[in-house]
Amino acid sequence: MSQDNQQLDRRDFMRNGTRTAGAIFLAGFAGVVAGRKGHADETVWQIDPDVCVACGNCATYCVLDESAVKAVQCFDLCAMCDSCPGYFDLSHQERTTAAENQLCPTGAVLRTFIAEQAGVPRFEYYIHEPDCIGCGKCVEGCAMMNGSLYLQVRHDRCLNCNQCAIAVACPSQAFRRVPANDPYLMKKKARAAVASRGAEA
Amino acid sequence: MINRLLFFWPLLLLLASSVFAAEPAELLSRPVIEGHNTPTNAYPEPRATSLEYLDVAVLVLALSLASYFALRRRSRRALFVLAIFSLLWFGFLREGCVCSIGAIQNVALALGDPTYGISLAIVAFFVIPLGFTLFFGRTFCSSVCPLGAVQELVTLHPVKVPTWLDRSLGLIPYIYLGAAVVFAATGTAFIICEYDPFVAFFRLSGSANMLIFGACFLAIGFYVGRPYCRYLCPYGALLKLASKVSRWRLRIPPDECINCRLCEDACPYGAIQPPTVEQSDTDRRAARLRTVVLFALAPVILGVCIWAGGKLGVPMSHLHPEVLLAERVRLEETGRAEGTTDASDAFYNTGRPREELYASALRLHDQFTKAGYWLGAWVGIVLLVKLIHTSIRRRRTEFTADRGNCVSCGRCFWYCPAEQVRLGLIDGVEQALEIRTGTAATQTTADK
Repeated sequence: MSQDNQQLDRRDFMRNGTRTAGAIFLAGFAGVVAGRKGHADETVWQIDPDVCVACGNCATYCVLDESAVKAVQCFDLCAMCDSCPGYFDLSHQERTTAAENQLCPTGAVLRTFIAEQAGVPRFEYYIHEPDCIGCGKCVEGCAMMNGSLYLQVRHDRCLNCNQCAIAVACPSQAFRRVPANDPYLMKKKARAAVASRGAEA
Repeated sequence: MINRLLFFWPLLLLLASSVFAAEPAELLSRPVIEGHNTPTNAYPEPRATSLEYLDVAVLVLALSLASYFALRRRSRRALFVLAIFSLLWFGFLREGCVCSIGAIQNVALALGDPTYGISLAIVAFFVIPLGFTLFFGRTFCSSVCPLGAVQELVTLHPVKVPTWLDRSLGLIPYIYLGAAVVFAATGTAFIICEYDPFVAFFRLSGSANMLIFGACFLAIGFYVGRPYCRYLCPYGALLKLASKVSRWRLRIPPDECINCRLCEDACPYGAIQPPTVEQSDTDRRAARLRTVVLFALAPVILGVCIWAGGKLGVPMSHLHPEVLLAERVRLEETGRAEGTTDASDAFYNTGRPREELYASALRLHDQFTKAGYWLGAWVGIVLLVKLIHTSIRRRRTEFTADRGNCVSCGRCFWYCPAEQVRLGLIDGVEQALEIRTGTAATQTTADK
């Protein structure tokens, strides 16, 4: 019986020791990890538009029914073409804005006539965000021209999943974590266009 | 026809220019139109992180309540209600992200990649349940974790898993934990989140694979109590270790155990250990020999595991997209692969030099080989400890809940006749024993 007690005591002693060591280790570990936070800001998911190939996975792989990824128009980069390959389906027969001639499956790319310059009509192209499903068809089309349309994670919709399901499915590693205080990325040439307009103004 | 040609002229021009010039085509300039201002875009801010801190507060509150309900109040009903609350809050309302299980990977990534900024709330989610478990046992699993709660709800017809199978499958969480840490720390992927079976249910949306995976777990959960917690959950593996040295633990009978076995039948998770029977001398000698052989074999087992882990390094690195890309680009460069893929297209578009990609891939190879050795060592140690633990016999005089496997669900003490007496539901334990042997079939109080 006394041997039993001794055994129990020894086991308790081991347990207490391990527990204390564990608690100290845990506190230290938390301190180290939290201390690392000082180096960087918290992150959110974003698409690098210079890497994105507009494969269409964003529309289907997001855990939300309606993807958090939407097309964004960089107006400074858009050349306001009449025959916009991001707006028209290139295989269309007529040059009208009828739905079957539009590239966007949901009609989310809208255009407004602005002015006629030297006989060339000029249009401003907008994304009607509630309709956009993030399929990237317009992005792929626009890439033939200036590439002013590009895909971005819209952070009012994004759940910021720990592992973004689209990032897993992305064939081109365009998804990455970016600092939460600067959560949008622009194409290099879009940045240049915006900067040059800023310089003019 | 002319119309169509005219329509395509910019395209043709572009095609022509891209054929003749290696440099990217000139941009068409934006026309300046009098009286028309260039519109600007709205960029919505990310969701506020303040909710995350509310989550931490709810977590601490829920953990305190769970520990109180399991150890002091001894109320299965209160634990159950708390589990439903956690399922609603952490599961459906907060959509299952971030959870303590997934936080393992954020912590691993923060240690592996100094540029990754980990949220303090995530650190809290990782550390606080472990801290609680060190003192109160796995009360987190009982009624705070939404994944545990959803499985608790579907445990309707649990069957007993054979011990050998239970113990073998019980090794998987440790291996999964090791693999998850390796893949997270190298920045490959968060596999725990990728293969989270229930998050699709919490969001009522998700890919078909996720939903099928989750449905399978729920279906199995009908017959095998908490299959995810017991045979996959990597955080459960950590909690199990912490729980083994916990300061307080759930005790089945309020005072003296009458060895009625009711608790053993009540536990759907196979966590109740019966009292040991006295071993014969020959058995004891055999057990001792087995232990000695195991200790002698320990270096061999460990060595084999480390060697195998090292071999795994390169195959594991193929899950990293950078390594895959480097191999593809190399194949294309040497002409062994025709055409390009989306990945290589995107790579060429960025204008990043090939050598840089190759160097980075080689660095990852090295990292993975090193990580493979560590993973092998970890698996070897787990295997050895498990083997030695199984071969060593402990003396028990009453039914006890296994420190590691018990998730403090509270079924055992709810079914304990001594507990029913304490609660004043029956007069004496004899009454409960009669019910068990079927002599008083009409009496129902102890069943409920």
